[in-house]
Amino acid sequence: MFKHYFEQVHNVAIWPIISLTIFFVFFLGLLIYVWKIRKDHVSHMETMPLADDHPAKRESSSNLQISKPHGKS
Amino acid sequence: MELQQFKYDNKVVKYFIIATVIFGLVGMLVGLLIACQLFLPDLNFGFQYTTFGRLRPLHTNAIIFAFVGNAMFAGVYYSMQRLLKTRMFSDMLSWIHFWGWQLIIVAAAVTLPLGMTTSKEYAELEWPIDIAITLIWVVFGINMVGTILKRRERHMYVAIWFYIATFVTVAVLHVVNSFEIPVTLFKSYSWYAGVQDALVQWWYGHNAVAFFLTTPFLGIMYYFLPKAANRPVYSYKLSIIHFWSLIFIYIWAGPHHLLYTSLPDWAQSLGVVFSVMLIAPSWGGMLNGLLTLRGAWDRVREDPVLKFMVVAITAYGMATLEGPLLSIKGINAVAHFTDWIIAHVHVGGLGWNGFLIFGTLYWLIPKMWGTKLWSVKLANTHFWLGTLGIIVYALPLYAAGVTQSLMWKDFNAEGFLEYPNFLETVTQIVPMYMMRAIGGLFYLAGTIIMTYNLVKTAKQGTFISNEEAEAPALVKKKIVGGHWHNAWERKPVFFTVLVLVAILIGGIVELVPTFLIKSNVPTIASVKPYTPLELHGRDIYIREGCNTCHTQMVRPFRSETVRYNGEYSKAGEFVYDHPFLWGSKRTGPDLHRVGAKYNHAWHYQHMYDPTSTSPGSIMPPYPWLFTQRIDVSKTAGKIKALRTIGVPYEDGYEDGRANVDLQQQAGEVVAGLKADGIEASEAQEVVALIAYLQRLGTDIKVATAENR
Repeated sequence: MFKHYFEQVHNVAIWPIISLTIFFVFFLGLLIYVWKIRKDHVSHMETMPLADDHPAKRESSSNLQISKPHGKS
Repeated sequence: MELQQFKYDNKVVKYFIIATVIFGLVGMLVGLLIACQLFLPDLNFGFQYTTFGRLRPLHTNAIIFAFVGNAMFAGVYYSMQRLLKTRMFSDMLSWIHFWGWQLIIVAAAVTLPLGMTTSKEYAELEWPIDIAITLIWVVFGINMVGTILKRRERHMYVAIWFYIATFVTVAVLHVVNSFEIPVTLFKSYSWYAGVQDALVQWWYGHNAVAFFLTTPFLGIMYYFLPKAANRPVYSYKLSIIHFWSLIFIYIWAGPHHLLYTSLPDWAQSLGVVFSVMLIAPSWGGMLNGLLTLRGAWDRVREDPVLKFMVVAITAYGMATLEGPLLSIKGINAVAHFTDWIIAHVHVGGLGWNGFLIFGTLYWLIPKMWGTKLWSVKLANTHFWLGTLGIIVYALPLYAAGVTQSLMWKDFNAEGFLEYPNFLETVTQIVPMYMMRAIGGLFYLAGTIIMTYNLVKTAKQGTFISNEEAEAPALVKKKIVGGHWHNAWERKPVFFTVLVLVAILIGGIVELVPTFLIKSNVPTIASVKPYTPLELHGRDIYIREGCNTCHTQMVRPFRSETVRYNGEYSKAGEFVYDHPFLWGSKRTGPDLHRVGAKYNHAWHYQHMYDPTSTSPGSIMPPYPWLFTQRIDVSKTAGKIKALRTIGVPYEDGYEDGRANVDLQQQAGEVVAGLKADGIEASEAQEVVALIAYLQRLGTDIKVATAENR
């Protein structure tokens, strides 16, 4: 069924090159992003699962102090 | 800023947990039964609804979709509300989702033993249930995206990304793999045929593991592990890399299930490369989980929740190292079709999914019932029984897999197969099947203990159905600047589209050329569509789940072409196979070249009592094939459906002629049986099955004979 439609596509040889390019660009972008991410954002994000205990007792998640053993922020 | 009061919905989480535990027990019990059937064939009970071929899909479906599926929904509904600081989008959708999913499970539990199956692994359910799954999955998706949209937290935590990826990808996989043409209410044929069907199926099957058993549980790990350990995840940056690389790479790896088959070589290589690459993100995730416990390892000794989670994450690491190794062609040549693979998936299933679920339940139930765990001691007992169960389950099967594979490949000094009789290689490993069942029994016993402990825990507490919470409203404001990924985390719909793009790239690159380039499936002129009688036989083969234990794929190894008396399987031989029936496990011998190997009488006696022709066989008898009649009223519908999807039956063939041909061929089979002194009737189902088996793999022999 599908064959009939796809047969009309030509230059199939370009597919591997396209996929390699997509792949390379994707991971380069990802690494650049992680490299440049802001520290305060990371510390906000990583405390999220811990911030919802006793929700009535706190005002906002960002005020919650969590001890961070690896001292990243 | 104004604080808003709201309530978390714990009730739906509770219901999903109850379903998890009940279906977990059922799924494991069925697993134990079929494990015992392999060394005690009498446990098939001589009853068609309880044979291995029909119960094995029931076991896998119950564990994957009922046990793990319900646990996933419980974890998602609990964590999502809290991470987004809001109640679920719609209580009504939550309940439609819950009851709809349970109805699907019940439908599966009824139809699979009845033999209503598509035969495609983990996608066995027939088309009406496929449609129901799609609808309920959309309800889940709307509820999830709705919750994200009404959140009070600007950014989405990494667990939510994993949930989004799960929703999007499972939707795509399910829809694409379920293209089928209905014949009756509970019978359909796969839209794809042969090699293409195999590729689509394993693109689905592999990613069902990835996006049903892995990504949602990574989300659950990233939420519940920090909670249980009371410290943030080791590296949030690593979790970002883990997420994107995992969803991007996983989708490409499907073809590693089809190494050395008739799948085009380039697709196999693609699958290998991406599978090996998967080690990186998987181990990144595992290390991120284990390192979260840095400085808290002393608590692992005391806290059963952490114990379960540590073993779960370790099992994840083991299974995701083993998977890529198994994808290397040399290792795959030994391991594929053997019990090694069964051991591998159970390290993942029992270890990663099971233990993570247990750990999460031991944490959740006391929390939701406002109490403490009833007995830490019993939880520890469960932990050790479960751990021991996994080891006693997996080790014998590794030994069984390697032993049997080496026996299959063993040639003696004269150049003949050392073990020409397949059955010899089966009886050799029967003791290991027994040990495996003991491992399974340990694991099930642990789960029963857990159930008791959790019920006791719930009884001593009071269920908090609606948990009070408050949080400031999310003010709509335009945020200028900030990093681009931060912006994505604020835009859930855009994020979802990106995830969709990431998973589609791999799928498209893999699938499109196989459909596109004709040379990928070279046609063989002598390969003809099945006759009406063979078609009925093939459908009986599917109904009985023969493909659960018998492959139809002779790989290009000398040990296989010699053993299975013929050439290795060619892609062009399967062009009319809707669905493909290559199978994934050889508990019995390959059947692709079984056509014309034995006479009709051999098959007739073998189906009635396998031990009469093969002493010591562990195959169950199929006496009902001798009393049930071939349903000739379905012939026309089957031919018509297959013609619609491209099988070249002549126009109008189904109007009368098809059944005349059927009767004639049945008469020939009966005459053949009579020549060997067996009185059979043309209406018996076994006659159709014999016709199908005698046809298997013979088309190519015609071609070879003509070329001479």
